[in-house]
Amino acid sequence: MENPRHWRLKKQRYGLVGEECPHCHEKLFPPRDVCPHCGGEAKEEFTFSGQGEVYSFTTMYSAPAGYEEYAPYTVALVKLEEGPVLTAQLTDLGDDEEVEIGMPVEMVTRRLRSDGDDSGILIYGYKFRPVMK
Amino acid sequence: MEERVHNESEALLLKPERKVGIVGYGAYVPRYRLPATEINRIWKGDTGGTPIREKAVPGLDEDVVTMSIEAARNALLRAQIDAEELRAVWVGSESHPYAVKPSGTLVAEAIGAVPSVSAGDWEFACKAGTEALVAAMGLVGSRMAEYALAIGMDTAQGRPGDALEYTAAAGGAAFIIGPAEESLAVIDAVYSYVTDTPDFWRREGQKYPSHGQRFTGTPAYFKHITSAASALMEGTNTEPSDYRFAVFHQPNTKFPTNVSKMLGFSKEQIQTGLLSPVIGNTYAGAALVGLSAVLDVAEPGNKILVTSFGSGAGSDAFAIQVTDAILERRGNAPFTQDYIQRRTEIDYGMYVRMRRKLAK
Repeated sequence: MENPRHWRLKKQRYGLVGEECPHCHEKLFPPRDVCPHCGGEAKEEFTFSGQGEVYSFTTMYSAPAGYEEYAPYTVALVKLEEGPVLTAQLTDLGDDEEVEIGMPVEMVTRRLRSDGDDSGILIYGYKFRPVMK
Repeated sequence: MEERVHNESEALLLKPERKVGIVGYGAYVPRYRLPATEINRIWKGDTGGTPIREKAVPGLDEDVVTMSIEAARNALLRAQIDAEELRAVWVGSESHPYAVKPSGTLVAEAIGAVPSVSAGDWEFACKAGTEALVAAMGLVGSRMAEYALAIGMDTAQGRPGDALEYTAAAGGAAFIIGPAEESLAVIDAVYSYVTDTPDFWRREGQKYPSHGQRFTGTPAYFKHITSAASALMEGTNTEPSDYRFAVFHQPNTKFPTNVSKMLGFSKEQIQTGLLSPVIGNTYAGAALVGLSAVLDVAEPGNKILVTSFGSGAGSDAFAIQVTDAILERRGNAPFTQDYIQRRTEIDYGMYVRMRRKLAK
């Protein structure tokens, strides 16, 4: 049971809420309260647009514990349009959509897994899909 | 003193003191489609007719919460308001992911509406969504709130081999209710018609619902929808020809087509909002996603009649009029047809996996 950990991460996971550095104005994700670019304190919330592109990707055929039922699935490094690069699953790929580097993607909030067996909480978070329009 | 209520029929309408309307709306339909012929192939030896062409199936990582979040985000884009201005986030469904723990809190958190907001879930079979919509009208109409979000969304369950397996589908829509002067479409009046009719139900702990076969037609669907829509038209002094569009709850293709004829509506009036042939029966989402498809194309001044049906049983009938504001705001989010055309066909085997029918 890891409810407190998941609960602490809900804002960034559900809505891609990070931070903006008030000194150098870099956008930060995940939020870390200290700007890695200028070293200043950075606690101002910033909600990312969710738009980005695939920086790199791989397909998981042997999934870690908790994700087995979703395999095979594609994991990507996504470069957000505001700058940060994050790791996320790609979803809604369909049959005809080849993933490629540079492909535009958008954030959606999806079910990631359940905590433990069927009696545990459901864990939701960001994934990315090919841009719809 | 001026007589407020002009006739007995008008006294039966639900009308708020302050005029309200739809300030934003958003649809969601998942991308996977199961053709009805696949169900015939597995269960009927490839023979017989089908009640629809195909139905929308949710992906492995989708449920009523994730689908509601996307529809709500689309509604916010059209409303052009901040999520923190919402005072209610209500989700109507019969497939909430948790038996105990609200979908509403998760949706409210994900869209950024917390913490100064009322949130919760509504249950009334296929009319849980319009039930939430009527309550949202009351909240805004009484000035308890400026904006309230009501969602109808389902990932409906059909027992393998049952008649409902052809149609039990996933999808729905979200509506932000606000003051009439900011609305894309004003809701003039609502009429709700309810009786205790056991046509379809699911007992606690049961995975799949049960239904009364043919009993789901005449005394349930047809009786409630015709009663609600007729009373609404009588109370508002309107007739079918006053409405450019009509949307009825759509468990298949035949029922809404027949009920529209019984009430005096033409095929042309219902075709824009009749989505069940290509997405199936989205239960609490069905009438509302039909309305979202109509709002995507309606012109200012058009009148729309929407009548839901929920087993158990009841119908909510809405008289809606589109305003000029629709033209500048509806392009802010994907249209209902964008979701319908985003289509990946699956076979029965993949359907069984995606709906976890093999598990345990």
